[in-house]
Amino acid sequence: MSSATETDNVTASNVHPNSLRVYNTLTKQKEPFETLIPGKVGIYLCGPTVYKEAHIGHMVGPVIYTFGSEEQKKRFLPRIANLDDWWCQGFSEPGAGSDLASLKTRAVREGDHYVVNGQKTWTTLAQYADWIFCLVRTDTEAKKQEGISFLLIDIKTPGIEVRPIVTIDGGREINEVFLTDVKVPVENLVGQENKGWDYAKFLLGNERTNIARIGMSKQRIARIRELAGKEMSSGRPLIEDERFREKLAAIEIDLKALELTQLRVVAADAKRGNTGRPDPASSILKIKGSEIQQATTHLLMEVMGPYAVPYIPEHDDRWNEPSEVPDYAPSAAPNYFNFRKVSIYGGSNEIQKNIIAKAVLGL
Amino acid sequence: MDFDLTEEQSILKDSLDRLLADTYAFEERKRHMASAEGWSAEAWNRYAEMGLMALPFAEEDGGIGGGPVETMIVMEALGKALALEPYFATVILGGGFLRLGGSAEQRSELVSGVADGSVKLAFAHTERNSRFDLVRVETTARKDGDGWVLSGSKSVVLHGDCADRIFVTARTGGEADDETGIGIFLVDANAEGVSRRGYATQDGLRAAELTLENVRVPAEAVYGDPSDALPLVRRVVDQAIAALSAEAVGVMSAMHALTVDYMKVRKQFGVPIGAFQVLQHKAVDMYVAIEQARSITLYATMMADSDDAAERAKAMHAAKAEIGRGGRLVGENAIQIHGGVGMTMEYAVGHYFKRMTMIDVAFGNTDHHMRALARAGGLFSAAA
Repeated sequence: MSSATETDNVTASNVHPNSLRVYNTLTKQKEPFETLIPGKVGIYLCGPTVYKEAHIGHMVGPVIYTFGSEEQKKRFLPRIANLDDWWCQGFSEPGAGSDLASLKTRAVREGDHYVVNGQKTWTTLAQYADWIFCLVRTDTEAKKQEGISFLLIDIKTPGIEVRPIVTIDGGREINEVFLTDVKVPVENLVGQENKGWDYAKFLLGNERTNIARIGMSKQRIARIRELAGKEMSSGRPLIEDERFREKLAAIEIDLKALELTQLRVVAADAKRGNTGRPDPASSILKIKGSEIQQATTHLLMEVMGPYAVPYIPEHDDRWNEPSEVPDYAPSAAPNYFNFRKVSIYGGSNEIQKNIIAKAVLGL
Repeated sequence: MDFDLTEEQSILKDSLDRLLADTYAFEERKRHMASAEGWSAEAWNRYAEMGLMALPFAEEDGGIGGGPVETMIVMEALGKALALEPYFATVILGGGFLRLGGSAEQRSELVSGVADGSVKLAFAHTERNSRFDLVRVETTARKDGDGWVLSGSKSVVLHGDCADRIFVTARTGGEADDETGIGIFLVDANAEGVSRRGYATQDGLRAAELTLENVRVPAEAVYGDPSDALPLVRRVVDQAIAALSAEAVGVMSAMHALTVDYMKVRKQFGVPIGAFQVLQHKAVDMYVAIEQARSITLYATMMADSDDAAERAKAMHAAKAEIGRGGRLVGENAIQIHGGVGMTMEYAVGHYFKRMTMIDVAFGNTDHHMRALARAGGLFSAAA
C-alpha cells in the first residue's frame, strides 16, 4: 500500500485512460480533450456548454481487442487510438431499457452480410459519430440473452436515420437511430454469433468503472469553490457560509473515498493479471459516482442563487448586452437537470443494486 | 379540526380544475411557451372572467374578498397545469402590495384594472449581491420635490418583461443591509429611465433584468412608509411563499400521478415496472413527501394573514424548506422512475421537475429557510 500523498496524482480518471475528444461546436471540429485543460474545462463544467465529449471509442475498443478478429483489431483499433473514428453505442431500444436483453432489433444473415432492421434510442452523440456498435438479435428462438450478436456498423450505411431527442436542459446530445434494411458485412460481427450478450456485459462493466467520473467531479468541486467565492450571501462570500461548507465537505468525503475505492478495484484487477474484466464491485463505482455527480451539479446550481433562474442558451447574442447575470450562471441549472441522466444510463442505479445483491451478496 | 373546503371553495376548485383540464393540456402549454409572450392571453382572459384576478381583493375595492385558502386552491390548480401566465407576479406579489400597502386611493386606482386582467404587475427586488436577503437593497430612491428619483439594477424580475407596473424596493436611507430605510415604489414600466431585458426562465416562465436610471416617480408611487417598508415587503413575501407552496403541491401531485401511471404501463422483464418493490417504495416515499408538503402548506396558509410577524415568518420558513426538500425528492424520483423518457423535452414530467426546482430558488431556497428557522428558534419550544 502506498502513502496517501502518492495516490493524489494517480486519479481514478487516468487509471482508465480514455482518449477523450470533444466536438467544438464553434469550429465544428473534433479536438483533443487536452485543449480544454485547464481553463476551458471550467467552461465545459459550468458556462456556455460549447464543448461536448463525443468519442466513446474507449468503450468499444476493449471489446474489439478482447473478442474481435485479428483483421478487426488491425482495422479499427489504430483508428480508435488515433481518434480518427468516432463511435456511438446502439444498445437501448424503446422497449429495452433496464431489460436490455429483450432488445428486438433484428439481424438476418443473407450471404456475406446481415440485414438489420430495428430502432435504437438514447444514442448519445450519434449525430457526430462515424460508427455505431449495436446489439442485434440473430436468434429469435433462443433464450433472450443467447440470441444476441455484437455488430459494428458504419453509420453512413444506407437505411440508417438519426433523429435528435431534445433533453430537458435543452441539449441535443441523444438521438433515435432507425435501421431499415441496413446491410452489414459479416466481417463486422464481433466474436461469435449469439455471444453478443457476453461482450455487452464486458463493455457495461467497463462503462460502470468509467462513468464514476471522479476527475470530472473534482473539477466541478474546484469550480464550486471558485464561484462560491464570488457569489455573495448576507454580505460575505458564500464559501464562508458554514452550512454551505459542510455540504461541500460531505460531498468531498464521498469523492475521496470513492477515488480510493476505484483504485482498489483497479489494483484487484492488476493482481488477477490485468484481465480488464469488470468486478461486480464496479457497480459501486457507478452508484456512488453518479450520486456524487448529481450532488455536485445540484450544489453548483445552488451557488448561483437567484441567477440559476434565467435560461439563456449558449451562443445567445443577448450575452453581449450588459446584464447583472454572471456568465457562468445560466448553465448551472441545465447541468443539474442534464445530470439526472447519470443514475439512469449505463444500467440504472436500481439495476446496479440488483447486480450487487446477486453477484456480491449472493442474495 | 375541519379541513374540508366550504361549498363555495369546492366550486372554485372544481371549476378551475375543469377549465384547465379542458383548455390547458400539456400540448397547448408547449404552444404558449413557444409564443413570443411565453404565455397565453386567452387563458389570462379566462382567469379574469372566472374572477381569479379579483379573488383576493376586498369587496369594497372591487374584489371578491377571498383569503389565503382561496389563493391556495387557485395556486395548486395552476401548479398542476404548469400555468405560464403572470398570475403569481400580478395577483399575489403585485396584488399583495396593493392590498396590504396601498392606500384607499391607490387601491381604487388599480384594483379594478388588475381584477379585469388589463393591468399586469411585477415585483423587483433581487439585486446582484442580495441573493435571498430581503434586507439587502442597494437601489436608491432620492427625494426630489414631492416625488422620488430611483436608480439601480434589479435581477430576475418574474414576468417583469410583460408587467405594466412594477413594485420596486429602493433604499431611501441607511446602509445596504439596514432593516430601516427601505421603501417600496410603484414604477410605470414605460417610464423614462426604465429599461428591461426579458428572457425565458429555466422552467419556461418569463423574467427580466431591470435597470432604473434616474427614474422619476410621483409621491403617489410610494406604498407604505418610504423609510420603513421592510415589514410590508416581508408580509407580502410571506403570503407569496404560502401561495408558492400551494403551487408546489400541485406540481408535485401532478408529477406523482404521471409517475404512478407510468409504473402501471411501462413493462420491463415481462411485467409492469410497478411490480418491482424498490420502485413501489420510491413511489410511496414521494407520496409521503407530498402529503407532508400539503400539510405544511395548510399551516402556512393558516398563518398567512397573521399579524404576528415572527410566528408567521417561522411558518413560511418551515413551509418553504419542506416543499423544497420534498419537491426535490419527488422531482428527482419522478425522473428516475421514468428513466430516459423523463429526460426528454417532449414529455411533461421533466417540465414539472424544472418548475419544482425553480420554486425552490424563489424567495429563498431550502437551506436559506432552514437556517432562518433554526436562527429564529425553531417551531417547538424547549421543555420547561
